[in-house]
Amino acid sequence: MNEKTMKASRKWQTIFFILLIIGMTLASSAITGFNIIHGIATLPKAGAWILSNLMITQESLERLPTILEKLLETILMSIAATTTGTAVAFFLSLMGSKTTGTKKVFGVFARFVASASRNIPVVAWALILLLSFGQNSVTGYLALFVGSVGFLTRAFIESIDEASQSAVEALRATGATYFQIVFKAVVPQCMPQMISWILFMIETNIRNATLVGILTGTGIGYTFDLYYKTLNYNAVALVTFSIILAVIVIELMSNYIRKVII
Amino acid sequence: MPLLQIKDLGKSYNSDAKVLQGLNFEVESGEFLSIIGPSGAGKSTLLRCINRMVEIDEGKVVFDGQEVGKLNKKELRKVRTNIGMIFQHYNLVPRLSVIENVLHGRFGYKTTIQGVLGRFTEAEKEHAFFLLKKLGIEEHAYKRCDQLSGGQQQRVGIARSLIQEPKIVLCDEPIASLDPNASKVIMDHLKSITQELGITCIVNLHQVEIAKSYSDRIIGLNKGGIVFDGPSYRLHRNHTDQIYGTQTQATPEIRELIMV
Repeated sequence: MNEKTMKASRKWQTIFFILLIIGMTLASSAITGFNIIHGIATLPKAGAWILSNLMITQESLERLPTILEKLLETILMSIAATTTGTAVAFFLSLMGSKTTGTKKVFGVFARFVASASRNIPVVAWALILLLSFGQNSVTGYLALFVGSVGFLTRAFIESIDEASQSAVEALRATGATYFQIVFKAVVPQCMPQMISWILFMIETNIRNATLVGILTGTGIGYTFDLYYKTLNYNAVALVTFSIILAVIVIELMSNYIRKVII
Repeated sequence: MPLLQIKDLGKSYNSDAKVLQGLNFEVESGEFLSIIGPSGAGKSTLLRCINRMVEIDEGKVVFDGQEVGKLNKKELRKVRTNIGMIFQHYNLVPRLSVIENVLHGRFGYKTTIQGVLGRFTEAEKEHAFFLLKKLGIEEHAYKRCDQLSGGQQQRVGIARSLIQEPKIVLCDEPIASLDPNASKVIMDHLKSITQELGITCIVNLHQVEIAKSYSDRIIGLNKGGIVFDGPSYRLHRNHTDQIYGTQTQATPEIRELIMV
């Protein structure tokens, strides 16, 4: 194949894929009865509604202390779920990683726990746990905890596998014990990635906590739900705004921490 | 009684291909022994059988009166404290400081908790600084290892093995990633380990000339078997041809590459 025919075949490939994507989009909207044009056409109307109703007013600002209190509760719960989840995920990932795994059975167990807790969405966990623990903050905490364990175990296993094996070999040759090797050769190498994942998990958990809170009746999610159902849209706007602000602040903080440690 | 005895040692990673086969030799205390051979001859595997970093399949390795293959976990750790190891890629923890990496050599003498918390005695720290000074990298003690040059990192590796107070040091191609100057520094240090401290050295090498000029004795490996074992002055061209499977007349350029 020379250059010319290759270029031509590239071009046909591109055209084919573009047509395929357009075809798939049209087909799926036709099957589900969803009209794209109509959807786009109503956007300005929706925007106008948001602008006219979701305004932060003087009256809603009076509710700020309660909102902030609930927001803080949510943030602290997310952090607690992440830190405890980290502790469990750390040991599971030691079992699951090829570098530090001791027995195959443990590895399979760790990977099973990780994928089971990760592949069920946090909202589903919240609903499942709601049945046994009822509407309180423990349920919300547990839902976030389970999700964190699943995600962090997976992320940690990859970080540990990526870290170079060579230092592990060297320490094994000096007669070091298993936990000496883990804490002095593996952890120092994975630390930046691990902290990065933990910070990411805290961000994700704050976002998820809002959703979980609506279901479990706790934290900022509950406040949001309450105002929403009583048609107090101004307060809803304030709640939404404060959540956005909190997430951005946490994100900036974690970006800064990442820069410092790496 | 010799420090190290290897009897009928055999090793295969998968059932059909044998990496090592029927190896027999003894190493006396204070010897400087080089092992030469082409890539894939089993040099690294042989070295790792001595401290059982790879499991021994056939035969036995007797180190300091103990059969290495029969030890349980705890006994094996104890034996490994007496065996230092130096690697081609230095195998340091790159994000930790030089002094921390040197002190890692003491873990074999510590309980898990002491090691994890990094509790080292004053004597151990002084010993670490003494070794760094001796190797000429004292001023880098608090630098992170990834900021050091290859030669300097290898000297950290030597310090880490010496702080174990070993009876033998196994060196797996210690100079294969270094330039000639750094190589000379490292080989000189290894030589002085044997001469001054009386510690036995087994060095895997690719460079025949360096092996000849530094070691007391050379073992030539080819396809998992010993094809030469004797004092280094006895190693001649016909031996190296046999070890590397080259013919002097037919391929002079390959020979030159090996001899450099």
